[in-house]
Amino acid sequence: MIEMPVPDRKIIAKQGDLAAALRRIVPAEQVIHTAEELKAYECDGLNAYRQPPLLVVLPDTTDQVSRIVRLCAAEGVPIVARGSGTSLAGGSLPTADAVVLGLSRMKDVVDVDYGNRTIRVQTGITNLAVTGEVQPDGFFYAPDPSSQLACAIGGNIAMNSGGAHCLKYGVTTNNLLGVTMVMADGEVVEFGGAHLDAGGYDYLSLICGSEGQLGICTEATLKILPIAEGARPMLFGFDTNEVAGEAVAAIIRAGLSPVALEFMDKPAITVSENFAKAGYPLDVEALLIVEVEGSDAEIDEQLTRIEEVVAPFGPSTVKRSGNDIESAKIWAGRKAAFGAIGQLADYICLDGCVPLSQLPDVLKQTAELAEKYGLKVANVFHAGDGNLHPLIMYEANDPDSARKAEELGADLLRLCVEKDGCLTGEHGVGIEKRELMLTQFNERELRQQMAIKDVFDPAWMLNPAKVFPLSLSTPHVEDRRAA
Amino acid sequence: MTDAPDTDAPDTEEGVAAIVREAASSVAMPLEITGGGTRLGLGRPVQAARTLSLAMLDGVTLYEPGELTLVAQAGMTVKALGDLLDGENQQLTFEPADHRALLGTTGEPTLGGAIAVAAAGPRRLRMGAARDAVLGVRYVNGQGDVLRAGGRVMKNVTGYDIPKLMCGAYGTLGVVTEVGLKVMPKSEIVRTLAIPGLPDGKAIAAMSAALAMPCDVSAAAHLPRSVSRELGFSDAVTLLRVEGFETQATYRVESLTEALASFGAAEDVAEDPWVAIRDVMMFAGDDRAVWRISMKATDAPLLVASLREQIEVEAFYDWGGGLVWLACEEGRDAFAGPIRQSLAGFGGHATLIRASDAVRAAVPVFEPEITAIATLSKGLKARFDPAGILNPGRMRA
Repeated sequence: MIEMPVPDRKIIAKQGDLAAALRRIVPAEQVIHTAEELKAYECDGLNAYRQPPLLVVLPDTTDQVSRIVRLCAAEGVPIVARGSGTSLAGGSLPTADAVVLGLSRMKDVVDVDYGNRTIRVQTGITNLAVTGEVQPDGFFYAPDPSSQLACAIGGNIAMNSGGAHCLKYGVTTNNLLGVTMVMADGEVVEFGGAHLDAGGYDYLSLICGSEGQLGICTEATLKILPIAEGARPMLFGFDTNEVAGEAVAAIIRAGLSPVALEFMDKPAITVSENFAKAGYPLDVEALLIVEVEGSDAEIDEQLTRIEEVVAPFGPSTVKRSGNDIESAKIWAGRKAAFGAIGQLADYICLDGCVPLSQLPDVLKQTAELAEKYGLKVANVFHAGDGNLHPLIMYEANDPDSARKAEELGADLLRLCVEKDGCLTGEHGVGIEKRELMLTQFNERELRQQMAIKDVFDPAWMLNPAKVFPLSLSTPHVEDRRAA
Repeated sequence: MTDAPDTDAPDTEEGVAAIVREAASSVAMPLEITGGGTRLGLGRPVQAARTLSLAMLDGVTLYEPGELTLVAQAGMTVKALGDLLDGENQQLTFEPADHRALLGTTGEPTLGGAIAVAAAGPRRLRMGAARDAVLGVRYVNGQGDVLRAGGRVMKNVTGYDIPKLMCGAYGTLGVVTEVGLKVMPKSEIVRTLAIPGLPDGKAIAAMSAALAMPCDVSAAAHLPRSVSRELGFSDAVTLLRVEGFETQATYRVESLTEALASFGAAEDVAEDPWVAIRDVMMFAGDDRAVWRISMKATDAPLLVASLREQIEVEAFYDWGGGLVWLACEEGRDAFAGPIRQSLAGFGGHATLIRASDAVRAAVPVFEPEITAIATLSKGLKARFDPAGILNPGRMRA
């Protein structure tokens, strides 16, 4: 089980006074204080871990956020910023002595600028709503995490979210031009803007992916891109994971730039086919979905080349979409995979990355480890960039099964690091992978990262118990706060 | 490369670390960090007792064409890197500028230098800058610790993104010894379309229209007449680079030509103008001051028009207008006052790229930071380089 720091009783004792002070900043109904209502904020997408916060405050404006942060800084109260609470890593898990600063009311589109292809939004807006705003005019916002219907841009910035299409368009950090950030002392600072380059140190680089530990982003300027004329996928089935992995490398090496390159292994194919009836072959070990974009002629040209490149690897199934209906069918199984697995069992979704060349070996070892723990693992992932999403199926009501699932998860992430990969590609460290950080980095490397937090947040008041192992951060935070 | 007695050029990472440790210990002895030495005129002049050259650390650690991944040491030359990638029909994503012609330097530009100064060329518009290509770094901090950050995989949120922070930090936060990069395939067809005769404002509008189409335009620049003449054009010219497979490229050219017809007839350009634009060749070989201004594309012609009323300037636009290159008389301060005051009304920042040492020591080369950000910058410098020995004064006085 993942530990959390011991909450500060003195802060908890101040709950009433603090709530009253917050009500002087935002309307009374936007300060949540009853045990019953606080329960709604006790966890995020990593729902095995729950802890109601001291209070929740839901501001409407940057100025209110600034005043809330000032108040909490003066009172020595930690703040956990929260977008929509979809983090799979426990990135917005509260502590009992923390105020959750929820961005859910801050959903305004501030400005759309088609001439410069940018949109300015408040960070509580959902990812999909950003695209929704500009879609009628032929634009979209590229990062598309699978939680995009619910997840907030603020959370996307915190975790540097990606999605199925980042092979071509990059992740959040490649599509973020500027932020308004409330600093740990409440000062409101603009970083970046509508221009492309940083004028000094590249602060946006640090802010994106910092898991709400450096400041609270209240507004963001994002790049928007023209929507392609069309997109069509192709499906390939292979007899082994090895050959499927080789085919992926060959596609990339050939200079073909698909917008999506998704991989499903046998357990994932079986489960999703039973559920979605997408017509996937059941006699294959691995399945690839490759999607390209453009006009009809452009798509045909690219799909033909992909088919030529893959042919020498002897795919046992080749299905090429010729129209929207066929495209939807090819995608149906992939899109239903998580839901289908959810029908069968509780699951943990991991997020490690490995170099493509290590893929077959990692899948083989994943199966072996799963067997050792007596658990089932299905793999559905973004193959183009080696971002694995093993789904570990377990019984949440059975503590033994839950413990085993967590241990298997940790083993699989250690395997990713061993194979020259990393612990997390797009979900973030949060609490989930905090203690594993020492398998990826040594203590000095982590202390250099912690020094960055010291510079932005000297007393470690913003989302303190995340990202860094408690063995390093707890004594460090005590020292910082005593100073 | 050891061209001066006070230059150290270690051939191992540990050698780099040892020199940094020595420099940081007891009596702090500042180091100027160099690679090929072609970009030392960028930023402010550094007062350093010793030079630490990365030129001997020039190996390739790993190249996986099927993963679009390359890891190389910082001293590897951009040319050697380009040759290696070319062998697999691949290239760097960020098209780093070569500053030799503009700055009048010799030697071979290195990967470390390109990363340190965030040297992104025309393709930045479509594929991002150095920071967008960097997957991971190994670096030596100011205490001589060899540290890693990021990695070699395409997606990574495991810890703060120090690799990107190192891009454009001019060697002031750490000595980068090795860089992991995302690379990209070369296109089968590369064509450049030109629309002649547009005034600046209309040209920006034409480029915005082109970039709003799903044609993956990989570069867009506008050269007013006085500048375009340097490249052999007879009139102002608005340039668009189109790439792709055969059918694709043809289709894209046709789509753009049709959509931009109201701006003028677009024609193919035979000779590739993008290297000259990338390296600002039009301003090479004279003694004017050169500024690089990053701003909102649609504001750029307004800034240039406003400056033309105040001082004598020559300007051209890259990145669809989002990057303005400006040449003016050097004078006492390269007209930093009027340029930055005019820019302040629009937003963005101006960097003085070429001027004499005296002017670059007297004028803030980089856009002055507001107090809150200046405090962060000082804080980061103090925590990465407590003794203040890495390129002191390169970015800020």
